[in-house]
Amino acid sequence: MDRPIRVLIAKPGLDGHDRGAKVIARALRDAGMEVIYTGIQQTPQMIAEAALQEDVDVIGLSILSGAHMTLLPRIMELLRDHGMDDVLVVAGGIISDEDARILKEQHGIAEVYGPGASTHEIVQFIQERCKTRT
Amino acid sequence: MDLAQALLNGNRRALAQALTLVETGGPQARSLLGALFAHTGRAHIIGVTGAPGAGKSTLVAALAAHWRRAGRTVGIIAVDPTSPFTRGAILGDRIRMQALSGDPGVFIRSMASRGRLGGIARATGDAVAVLDAAGFNVVLVETVGAGQGEVEIAAAAHTTMVIETPGAGDDIQAIKAGILEIADLLVVNKADRDGAEQTVRQLRAMLSLADLPADGWTPPVLTAVATRGEGIDAIATAAERHLAYLRESGRFTGREQERARRELRLILQETALERVRARVSPSDWEALIAQIVERRLDPYAAADYVLDRALPRSEE
Repeated sequence: MDRPIRVLIAKPGLDGHDRGAKVIARALRDAGMEVIYTGIQQTPQMIAEAALQEDVDVIGLSILSGAHMTLLPRIMELLRDHGMDDVLVVAGGIISDEDARILKEQHGIAEVYGPGASTHEIVQFIQERCKTRT
Repeated sequence: MDLAQALLNGNRRALAQALTLVETGGPQARSLLGALFAHTGRAHIIGVTGAPGAGKSTLVAALAAHWRRAGRTVGIIAVDPTSPFTRGAILGDRIRMQALSGDPGVFIRSMASRGRLGGIARATGDAVAVLDAAGFNVVLVETVGAGQGEVEIAAAAHTTMVIETPGAGDDIQAIKAGILEIADLLVVNKADRDGAEQTVRQLRAMLSLADLPADGWTPPVLTAVATRGEGIDAIATAAERHLAYLRESGRFTGREQERARRELRLILQETALERVRARVSPSDWEALIAQIVERRLDPYAAADYVLDRALPRSEE
């Protein structure tokens, strides 16, 4: 039986700007996905644990605080500890091209979106990537 | 049955995957539930329902924290509606449950209703069974008490809590929704707001009109300010008293029979429909639909036609 794609949307770190995360959450829901929204100020532990309990296919991380090079690799590490290396992780926020490259190449973040990325593009990427997975 | 064994051994990833499996349903889910069944029947199952915004998630989190302090483990299933238009859902109950994060004695799972008629009640019941088998002492099931289906989920618990807020609708609303019939415990949350006492009085007055057995359980009407943790101890105590009452009065068996009856019916409905549909090709199905739309066949005759074809061959 086909089941909807399950996505966890979380905001790691201390910035409280969750407009972007909410816009994404809504776009994903409108695309037929089940979106678990956990809110702001999440620690890497909280995010990895929520992803595990909710058995999600995708994690979307919104981060505007500038701490992404510390927090995102830590989240990826915890996911690996939980045996969840197969989860698709995407990030959005103010992340330089160089940082984005490192996050993708060295830490396994699938895609990084900056300001101006369209929700359509993000939805399509997630749908494509979830289709090819078993 | 690797998954069942891993789950019984306390593997949380296995538990999460088992919940995904039973939520989706199908033959694999059924064999998993079969393997787990002998380990169920130990948890105190508590349904929590009420209008959107009544504070259910906050209250559930506070109750979970209370039972954790008492050394009991807690599983939580939070059900939110699926959009009927897109099949998508936003499940936001975890936002109010942050304080429970990092506690290995708690497991929280969000579920979307997925628009299945009766299916969500079956899926929720199965998810409860999985958490029960995993050894959680208390399983809290939170649903929006808006439709019949949701009310039914809550009613399938051992103890059903209905959450009201001051001034939310008049007494007739509560009667209409059938809320009083299913409530073992009534909680007026946000009791620091105006009108809380009046709401408590109205609920008590309505209970006094209800046809409750003289020797039976009278649902207590309690107040809480869940965000501040006020009233939580009394609510937890009342829930425990209710379970003790069920056991001592012999009504526990009755509830279990009711639960079993409901469960069997839901499973039959779903599996029967699944089997019947598997016997009819999508094109035949569409042809039947077209005939109904064109008024050439009435829906009952169409159902008979499908059943006659499907049932005799279903003994394999």
